[in-house]
Amino acid sequence: MTAVSEAVTSSAMRTREATVRRFALTDTIFRTATRLSAILVLVLLGGVAVSLIAGSWEALSKFGFSFLTTESWNPVTENFGALAPIYGTIVTSAIAILIAVPIGIGIAVFLTELCPRPFRRPIGIAVELLAGIPSIIYGIWGLFVFAPFLQTTIQPFIIKLFHGIPGLSSLFAGPPYGIGLLTSSLILAIMVLPFITSITKDVFDTVPAVLKESAYGIGCTTWEVTRRVTIPYTRVGIMGGVMLGLGRALGETMAVTFVIGNAHRISASLFAPGTTISATIANEFTEADGELYTSSLVALGLILFIITFIILALARYMLLRIDSRTGA
Amino acid sequence: MSTAASLHRSRKRKNAVMMALCTIAAGIGLVWLALILGALLYKGISGLSLSVFTEMTPPPGDAGGLLNAIYGSIVMTIIGIVVGTPIGVLAGTYMAEYGRFSRLTTVVRFINDILLSAPSIIVGLFVYELMVRPMGHFSAIAGAVALSILVIPVVVRTTEDMLNLVPNALREAGTAIGAPRWVVIRSVAYRAALSGIVTGILLAIARISGETAPLLFTALNNQFWSSNLNAPMASLPVTIFQFALSPYEEWQQLAWTGALIITLTVLGLSIFARSLTGRREDR
Repeated sequence: MTAVSEAVTSSAMRTREATVRRFALTDTIFRTATRLSAILVLVLLGGVAVSLIAGSWEALSKFGFSFLTTESWNPVTENFGALAPIYGTIVTSAIAILIAVPIGIGIAVFLTELCPRPFRRPIGIAVELLAGIPSIIYGIWGLFVFAPFLQTTIQPFIIKLFHGIPGLSSLFAGPPYGIGLLTSSLILAIMVLPFITSITKDVFDTVPAVLKESAYGIGCTTWEVTRRVTIPYTRVGIMGGVMLGLGRALGETMAVTFVIGNAHRISASLFAPGTTISATIANEFTEADGELYTSSLVALGLILFIITFIILALARYMLLRIDSRTGA
Repeated sequence: MSTAASLHRSRKRKNAVMMALCTIAAGIGLVWLALILGALLYKGISGLSLSVFTEMTPPPGDAGGLLNAIYGSIVMTIIGIVVGTPIGVLAGTYMAEYGRFSRLTTVVRFINDILLSAPSIIVGLFVYELMVRPMGHFSAIAGAVALSILVIPVVVRTTEDMLNLVPNALREAGTAIGAPRWVVIRSVAYRAALSGIVTGILLAIARISGETAPLLFTALNNQFWSSNLNAPMASLPVTIFQFALSPYEEWQQLAWTGALIITLTVLGLSIFARSLTGRREDR
């Protein structure tokens, strides 16, 4: 009897040991797979940086620092400089942010303070859906609807309005093409508006109700509560949202490519065609013949990568700060 | 007393003005949305017919459809999702399950968030240097890889967030009956977070189905029907880009129709994805 039961137990022990070993093995395999995938995310970003540096090496070693300060972009003489695209990128993004930030914050205030409760969710969702519309849609709309509208109505009016006023007349000098820096800026503003709005709304929601209620309790108006309590409390988060929107605007390609005009020159007028880094790459990359031409375009990509990396890192850092505060 | 009353009046006036401005801002936002969608519907629907889905992209000046472009978009999107999703889910699993408190997770989360909003044209350049240049020609598979790189950060983010929402008591219950870690993850955590993870995948599909910039110099474009993954392949966004900038009326009309198809797909996917998590929150 005892011998039989001992045999049973020992065989049970053996299967048990085998099962435990198998479990341990599969667990190790799974754990390693997840870890490698996580590391792959890092490798991807590293790979992007390395490949861009490698691809742009030829152009950077030939032109050196002057690549950043030369306006000329001449495929025939193979003389390339990034100043015009960099200028266009910064100007269009800056104008877009200047327009989108006040409107975005306004919408966020409307959604958190004024909007009747049943409409809050639908409008909030509509704003987020707007953020998901592919940029090429904004581009085709900008080219066929918005640019002709600007060309025939707004631009001639502004040109006439500011004619003869020093400064403004050169900033808004004609002829009205419809496409150009200002049109791109306006399209970009429409595009980044949903990002800024939804993040601002999210950080507004992190303000403890008791803070706002105590301000209302001492008789503050809605505007005073927003201005003196909500905005100061969420300043870092709003900055993060703005930077995130700026990152989008800087790297946005398709919407801008349609309406910027792709002209490699820097003009004082906002109505003139220009170009941005991403539009130049999108327009010229497949047609670029010659190693130096391609390499110069990759170098433009590297510049864009560095600029957006810094902006986005700052944005995430600021949003992290507001997250850790609400967590505490 | 009168100064206090006038101060009160001016404060109320200021409040009314600012709140009116905020309401106007919301109005502006909604008007833009309506204008864009309205133009898209108006211009797109007039070209919408069965031939759009059954005929190839035409030569300049001819009537035709978008069949090869739609097919190419679907193929590259599927490959992009099939390649990107497992990597994204596994990475998210590591961050939420095995390495929740490790330093690697913090770094990966930061880098992933940057990848999430990095310009997609940069990804196109990366894949060009990685695949197109060594292979010597443009190919659909390079386009699909570029799309999968855009999928990964979206899936990582939602997987991690959703797994973090799974209560630890569920995992502890699994461990208490002797299940090893990965069985707990597979049969408890994944199952509890399933709808959230699916939402992430749907949002990723929505994101890549409209992406143009990373395809421009990886998959390039193709005027003809092609199912060869090692050759250039047409895609809806790139075709729209090419046709919209052309001087031919038929092409421009097809561009509008294609834009309408993409927008409806993307909006449909986003709304469906939202309804999945929405129901979960209600429960």
